[in-house]
Amino acid sequence: MIAYLIRRLLWALPTLLGVNLLVFALFFVVSSPDDMARAQLGAKRVTQEAIERWKADHGYDKPLFYNDNAQGSKQFTDTIFVQKSARMFLLDFGKSDLGRDINHELYARMWPSLALALPVFIVGLFVAIVAAMVLAFFRGTWLDYSGVIACVVLMSISSLFYIIAGQFIVARTWNLVPISGYEGGLDSIRFLALPVLVGVIAGLGSNVRWYRAIFLEEIGKDYVRTARAKGLSEGAVLFRHVLKNAMIPILTGTVVVIPSLFLGSLISESFFGIPGLGSFTIEAILMQDFAIVRAMVFIGALLYILGLILTDLSYTLVDPRVRLQ
Amino acid sequence: MITKKLGCLAALLASAVLMLGGCDAVWNSPYPADERDKLFLHEEFNSRPKHFDPVQSYVEDEAWFTYSIYETLFEFHYLKRPFELQPGLAAAMPKVSYLDKQGQPLPADAPAAQIAQSVYEIPLKAGVRFQPHPALARDGAGRLRYEGLDDAKLGGRTQITDFEFTGTRELVSEDFAYGIKRIARPKLESPSLELFKQILGFDELIAQLEADVKAGKADPDGWIDLRKYPLAGVETPDPHTLRIRLKGKYPQFIYWLAMPFSAPMPWEAEKFYAQPGMAKRELTLDMWPIGTGPFMLTRNRPLREILMERNPNFREQTYPCEGAPGDKERGLLDDCGKRLPMIDGVKFVYEKEATPFWNKFLQGYYDFYASTRFKTMASFDTALQMQGGGLSLSDAMKKQGIALKTEIEPATEYFFVNMLDPLIGDGGVTPKARERARKVRQAMAIAFDMEEYLSIMKNGLGIPMQGPIPPGIAGYKTGEAGINPYAFTWKNGRPKLRSIDEAKRLLAEAGYPNGRDVDTGEPLVINLDVYDVFKREQLEIVIKQMKRIDIQLVPRLTEWNRWQEMHRKGAAQLSFWGWNADYPDPENFLFLFYSKNSKAKFQGENVTNYNNPEFDKLFEQFRGMDVTADRQPIIDKMADLVRRDAPVLAGWHNEAFELSHSWLRNSMPVRMLHTNRKYLSLDVAKRNALSAQWNRPQLWPLVLVLAAIAALAALGVRHYRRHETQTARSEAAQ
Repeated sequence: MIAYLIRRLLWALPTLLGVNLLVFALFFVVSSPDDMARAQLGAKRVTQEAIERWKADHGYDKPLFYNDNAQGSKQFTDTIFVQKSARMFLLDFGKSDLGRDINHELYARMWPSLALALPVFIVGLFVAIVAAMVLAFFRGTWLDYSGVIACVVLMSISSLFYIIAGQFIVARTWNLVPISGYEGGLDSIRFLALPVLVGVIAGLGSNVRWYRAIFLEEIGKDYVRTARAKGLSEGAVLFRHVLKNAMIPILTGTVVVIPSLFLGSLISESFFGIPGLGSFTIEAILMQDFAIVRAMVFIGALLYILGLILTDLSYTLVDPRVRLQ
Repeated sequence: MITKKLGCLAALLASAVLMLGGCDAVWNSPYPADERDKLFLHEEFNSRPKHFDPVQSYVEDEAWFTYSIYETLFEFHYLKRPFELQPGLAAAMPKVSYLDKQGQPLPADAPAAQIAQSVYEIPLKAGVRFQPHPALARDGAGRLRYEGLDDAKLGGRTQITDFEFTGTRELVSEDFAYGIKRIARPKLESPSLELFKQILGFDELIAQLEADVKAGKADPDGWIDLRKYPLAGVETPDPHTLRIRLKGKYPQFIYWLAMPFSAPMPWEAEKFYAQPGMAKRELTLDMWPIGTGPFMLTRNRPLREILMERNPNFREQTYPCEGAPGDKERGLLDDCGKRLPMIDGVKFVYEKEATPFWNKFLQGYYDFYASTRFKTMASFDTALQMQGGGLSLSDAMKKQGIALKTEIEPATEYFFVNMLDPLIGDGGVTPKARERARKVRQAMAIAFDMEEYLSIMKNGLGIPMQGPIPPGIAGYKTGEAGINPYAFTWKNGRPKLRSIDEAKRLLAEAGYPNGRDVDTGEPLVINLDVYDVFKREQLEIVIKQMKRIDIQLVPRLTEWNRWQEMHRKGAAQLSFWGWNADYPDPENFLFLFYSKNSKAKFQGENVTNYNNPEFDKLFEQFRGMDVTADRQPIIDKMADLVRRDAPVLAGWHNEAFELSHSWLRNSMPVRMLHTNRKYLSLDVAKRNALSAQWNRPQLWPLVLVLAAIAALAALGVRHYRRHETQTARSEAAQ
């Protein structure tokens, strides 16, 4: 397994390099270093001299990928791409284009993002599994049919609608929680209750349908019939046997997202005023702060790779037949 | 049994919820309970302020903070219109004298060309003190308390309030000199750099700093003791006198002394923030400003909240007792003579989206809504209505006691022609071609119906532009005398666009009868170069309007960066632009047509690239005139040239509006006045009472949800049991 892990981690390096290269190429297609300087210096009274100075100060006065004026390996290393990318592999993201420490920002914003994403993930998973089990239990009845219809309806509605409707109904009409905002400590519960509820409901439709399908597939298998033949109750069959065996496909979809929970949610954080990494990323995109955008995409890719490795590892935990080689 | 237990649990929870509801508490307040009775104004900010450093900050989102924290030598009177400067940190308005090339005094009315130097002698108020700040804290021996800090000594400090000691000292003229010298620091990239180069010796200071940085004598990221660097144009003869020498004559310079660029800066602050470990913790001047203003920053959590609290050291300043006509009737003079600021602080909460902000405003959790802050209003139609050409409140708003205040902004948004264009600009090779183009522009100016555009796109909030000067700025003329006679006539007491027939006649005279070139028969096709935030409906309106005179308008949408580049290269044909004044002087609008400010040629702000020697001559003459002189005749001449040549085809001045709750007083929707927070007053008891009344928690939904869950669970259990027993019975029967 160790060899497998090392191999996977080594594979991650070219993947990360590729992602970084792609972000670079895409970013500089729409935004030149001059544009970035203008975005930072403001639209009024900006001279070319100030732009050149900004580029030099921030290391954007070099060629993007290949330096014709340099000699030897410097032709590749003395470029924006290498100068800005190399340190990221050591998880040192340097300073934003505005001159602020990105690592400091990441650390500060990670917690509000987690405070929202983790409960949404855990509660959402729990509710979806329970609901799917119930539907599987009542399969073929009116409860199952209406449950599936409800799932399709829930899936068909945009998450933005849930947010706006949730804020209007729960916070504005019923006055139960604040519409938006954030406080640390225990007070955060008041602010997170609504976004968590909205997050859970928004994800419920697709998850319940998917898990229901997995459970139904398992229910039709021979070992379930054997369990029933042993005289086990339907509840015991479902919770002790079906759920365990249905965990592999569920894990595939869930473990992979766990590391990404740190990254936060772009829309939810923006609407609920949660100062996490999602709103941080949106703000950076709007301000054309390439250093932050690049760092966030890099972290996103890294966490995704980590999630995939974790998924593989989790297989071995839930299914003893799986061996990583 | 289980069903019964579930029922009991649900009943218990429901009773608990109802009991909670019995408490007279507000559940949805976004503010901590201990701030409930504080006189904090509640505001939003929807983008992260980039800079609080006075020499770097230039955009409006930052001005709300910087103008409340830093004070300047001069400031605008809160109520008088047109805007009027008054002393701020200065004890009086400056005494300006002029010198010739030989350094000999010149009379006040000397021609601008003879003036080699303008000398501003500014007396300062005595006894003004900086806000309490750790940078100014000194120990018993008089040494700076926080000198020699490093990463380890700083520990877990991330907010300025994490330092236990603070100090203050009196403001002296040297602090202004230090602040102005900071503009020259290359690292700070001040947007005012070019302007301050008019100060004598400023170029030399920049060169000296750059040389020292290059030679390693000065650390660009560290503290550079600017006291050691001479600046010939800024003198401090005594602690309460500041003397500034400018090259030549530039009367508008005084407006720049009303901006934070020239705010005083204690050297101790720069030294404090330059210590190792500070920047890493975001303990910088850019995050934690220091000033003498009415408020000081005590909490800065970007993308969450920013709190400004009353500066206990703020000098004595009182609410004005005179204002514009009608201010007394509007209650704007009721607080005459009261000491400022009248509130304890301003709490800004990050609110990126308009919908939650609007809902929170209706709940009473924000004190006002300003149209200048959110471009789109979430519920315009339910809040406001247009009646008889004016804006009024809906009944729902009136019921909440919300007040509406409107004001035409001193800003313009306009459709313009790139005058370098050979077809419709001034780029034709022959005088005849240029004259044809002028007539096409005049025809288009008639066809552009801004009233229609505003009513469809902006709920009628604005007035069509009649000339280069917007309302509220000296030189703006109202009534018939102020209309653009080339595109409008005066009918029934208001401007009315000339007829489409007149536009068609002009087009025919230009050689395009029925929109076709008289020589080639080709249709007149004009490209409208706009960037991608322009909405489809906006384009459709102007395309339809041009179609009325048989001009084919072809929109060329591009993204913002490319669009800006297009203007820098002078490659656009017909386009759109807007201008918010830096300062309320006509010069700041007329310079948009001065050829030496051409965007394409000099990277200036003249996006039309208008080049008329007659206008230039008048502008140069005008620029040398004192702001207090009678400038109207020359302004009229310049305005007439711009109207006749029509580089700007049509545009409008936005009507800003503000909705404020009944507990807020003295507020106004004026974009230009960023110092306004100190003039506001709040009735917190009323705010608390009304917001409690509006936000009583409705508990029945919770009870209903709990009951539904319990009912579903009970049903499920029952069904499960039946399912289990049914299987058994069926097998037994077989």
